[in-house]
Amino acid sequence: MKELKKKISLSIDGKKITARPGMRILSAALSRGIWIPNLCFIPEADLPFGGCRLCWVEVEGEREPVTACSRPVREGMVVRTRGPLAERLRKSAFELLLSRHHLDCRNCRKNKNCGLQEIARRCRYQLKPGRFTRENPGLPADDSHPDFVFNPNHCILCGKCVWVCQAKSAGILDFSRRGLECRVSTFAGEPLGESKCNGCLKCVDICPVGALFRK
Amino acid sequence: MKRNIAIRIQEAWEHLQNRVQGGEERKDIPEIRLGTATCGRASGALETLAAFREEISRNSLQVRLLEVGCVGHCYAEPIAVVANPGFPPILYGSVTPGVARRLVRDFLGAGDPCLEFALGAVEENEKIPSIFELPRFRMEKKIILEHAGWIDPARGEEYLLRGGYRGLFQALGMDPREVIRAVKAAGIRGLGGAGFPAGEKWETCRAFPGKPKYVVGNGDEGDPGAFMDRALLESDPFSVLEGMTIAGYAVGSRRGFLYVRAEYPLAVERARAAMESLRGLGLLGKDILNSGFDFEIELVRGAGAFVCGESTALQASIEGKRGMPRVRPPHSVERGLWGKPTLLNNLKTLAVAARVLDQGSPWFRSFGTPRSKGTVVFSLAGKIQNTGLIEVPMGTTLRELVFASGGGVPKKKTLKAIQIGGPSGGCLPASLADTPVDFDSLNAAGSIMGSGGMVILDEDDCVVRTARFFLDFTQKESCGKCTPCRIGTYQMLKILNNLVLGKGSDSELKLLEDLAFEVQEGSLCGLGQTAPNPVLSTLRYFRDEYEAHYREGRCPARACRDLIAYYILPEKCSRACEVCVGACPVEAIATGAKGIKVIDQNKCVKCGSCYGDCPPEFQAVIKVSPPAKLREYEAKSSFPRKLTNDDLRLTNENEKK
Repeated sequence: MKELKKKISLSIDGKKITARPGMRILSAALSRGIWIPNLCFIPEADLPFGGCRLCWVEVEGEREPVTACSRPVREGMVVRTRGPLAERLRKSAFELLLSRHHLDCRNCRKNKNCGLQEIARRCRYQLKPGRFTRENPGLPADDSHPDFVFNPNHCILCGKCVWVCQAKSAGILDFSRRGLECRVSTFAGEPLGESKCNGCLKCVDICPVGALFRK
Repeated sequence: MKRNIAIRIQEAWEHLQNRVQGGEERKDIPEIRLGTATCGRASGALETLAAFREEISRNSLQVRLLEVGCVGHCYAEPIAVVANPGFPPILYGSVTPGVARRLVRDFLGAGDPCLEFALGAVEENEKIPSIFELPRFRMEKKIILEHAGWIDPARGEEYLLRGGYRGLFQALGMDPREVIRAVKAAGIRGLGGAGFPAGEKWETCRAFPGKPKYVVGNGDEGDPGAFMDRALLESDPFSVLEGMTIAGYAVGSRRGFLYVRAEYPLAVERARAAMESLRGLGLLGKDILNSGFDFEIELVRGAGAFVCGESTALQASIEGKRGMPRVRPPHSVERGLWGKPTLLNNLKTLAVAARVLDQGSPWFRSFGTPRSKGTVVFSLAGKIQNTGLIEVPMGTTLRELVFASGGGVPKKKTLKAIQIGGPSGGCLPASLADTPVDFDSLNAAGSIMGSGGMVILDEDDCVVRTARFFLDFTQKESCGKCTPCRIGTYQMLKILNNLVLGKGSDSELKLLEDLAFEVQEGSLCGLGQTAPNPVLSTLRYFRDEYEAHYREGRCPARACRDLIAYYILPEKCSRACEVCVGACPVEAIATGAKGIKVIDQNKCVKCGSCYGDCPPEFQAVIKVSPPAKLREYEAKSSFPRKLTNDDLRLTNENEKK
């Protein structure tokens, strides 16, 4: 634990910051008020999820961009959040997410409070799938629970609800199926209203988009 | 004190050797070893086994009949080695039940070795040509598969008799750090695909604080067209188990997990039987060879997901969680199973470690190239004469593999490309056939070593379809965690699905290429990072074929169903033969004027039955791409191109007769 005594200094976009050893770039940046786009990052979690692939940054001396959520900080590290290759991978992931997102902002409960909208605004992206054609997954919404609704067509599979449900609550949510079919689900797809959900609504609070919302 | 341990181990080892040799069966009765691994069974080895049994008892002969694994010659299965006293042991190929009965009756009963069925003797001798004179055997250097196909995979005694467990015996007499030094000095690189230096992994795992530590053998072989690990486990599980035990001793672990695909039931069964046998011999469990070292191995069956071959997903799967890869660092050697330092190696890597400890690092370094030591196992599949498993020194060229040992491409077709490394690998064109197989040369050429699947493509295989096949596989097998792999591969697949229909544009091809790069760079784990390889490598070497699909609606290999038409060349049609008419499932072929067969293109579903069934002496049915080219052929022909009412009347009358 002697490591904790030392502080690591690094620079992000020219700004000098310090971080604890073992911290990762994204937590260090966010804790110092430097925003890097992200959708799946949970500060409290033991390990980063690393699924959204939006927090790309470039580290000086490295050829390939890295995800800020997973890369540990290093003394003297020089990080750029807006390098061309990082931007390309970020935009690609963003467009891919939108290509399978039911873009229905007008009727969405998270309108004006949505992670995707925030990224589009702050990164100056259009809220459009760009090079791809948009497809609505066309899955049925689960409104069997008295308190909240799960609409998988809005879900971006960031895994936050799964984490919070397993780490802090009843532990009924997990991923199911694979590939494009992958989705958040209860065991064997049992309706939420019939599951052992305790109604804590932590999943609703943590959802960055309009996939989980209060009734 | 240390010396005492060394003496104790030595004593236990000698005791074990005496026990095994003392228990050896009589040499004077004939012995039959029949390969009943999955490849043998698929060719009817179990029927052959029954025939052997029946015939032996009918002739009241005293014969030892043993089931063994696979010697790698899948094309010649079922394979049996018959050792009849007075003759050298002889290897027979394609032993059908009929052949089996003859071998018992004529060879064992009457002393005629039935050489017409023999591939060769398995020992050099003066009477019968040996198999080592065949080009395949000459090229091969068996290190990993040294005992595969020769020993009974359920009896550890046989493995010991062939020199097995000398590696562990040596290791136990050494300091664990010396064991790691030997592995490092040998330059073993991981054979699961990435080629990470095994010694470094072992060293990091040993050095990392935390207890207990675990050793995992990764046998989740999921690549389409790959069957090396299966054959190894079905034929010689002992090498893997010995390697795991050595690894456990080296890194300070007492517990290992052997992770085997659930789709390999025979491998699971045989590995379990092997572990039982080893426990009986005191080579697994408590106080191995009196050394005070305990090691227990548990077999875990996979859950049927390709992604579980990825190390972190595999560990999640062992823990009973959903097999989803996680970000790294921390690496498995620091934080693996249940958060403890875990050493994870491919089965072949572990088997190699067992040999290295026995024969020494310099011996191992004498095979291979400067940066890739030792041998590599490939499973040869696809358009190749002699399918099967082959183990060659690193640095052997692809040409040698395909032509010298694989027997070349069947039906006098030409080699088009070689797909290496399954869905994570790349397609190399025939022009690069002189590439040596080692980690670095294959990487430079745009492919990877992968776990060792090798699919041979000939002129009839379309690279776009091949790329689509593999991408379809990875797309479906993506765990869905990260965006580029989940949705990016799907968007790529959509473009490929259009291309095989002849649709697309220059901008779509560019999008495919751009996206392939983004998925490669942007994915979380190896599955996504390598999923675009088949597309990128085929685009690199066969771009013109991609372009032909959407620009001309033409499939150069004439394989994409929507871009071809079948046509019967009137000049070649026999007229008297009706094979194609009978073969057609939709009655699209009728007899036209002068008896010439004509295909009604509106009815034709392009199943290819007529193409396959037209007798070879005529070869009148051809594939035409693009379909519009039909008109050229029809214009050239002096025969009417469409069925007239007269033709139909004639056909009807013929049928009535």
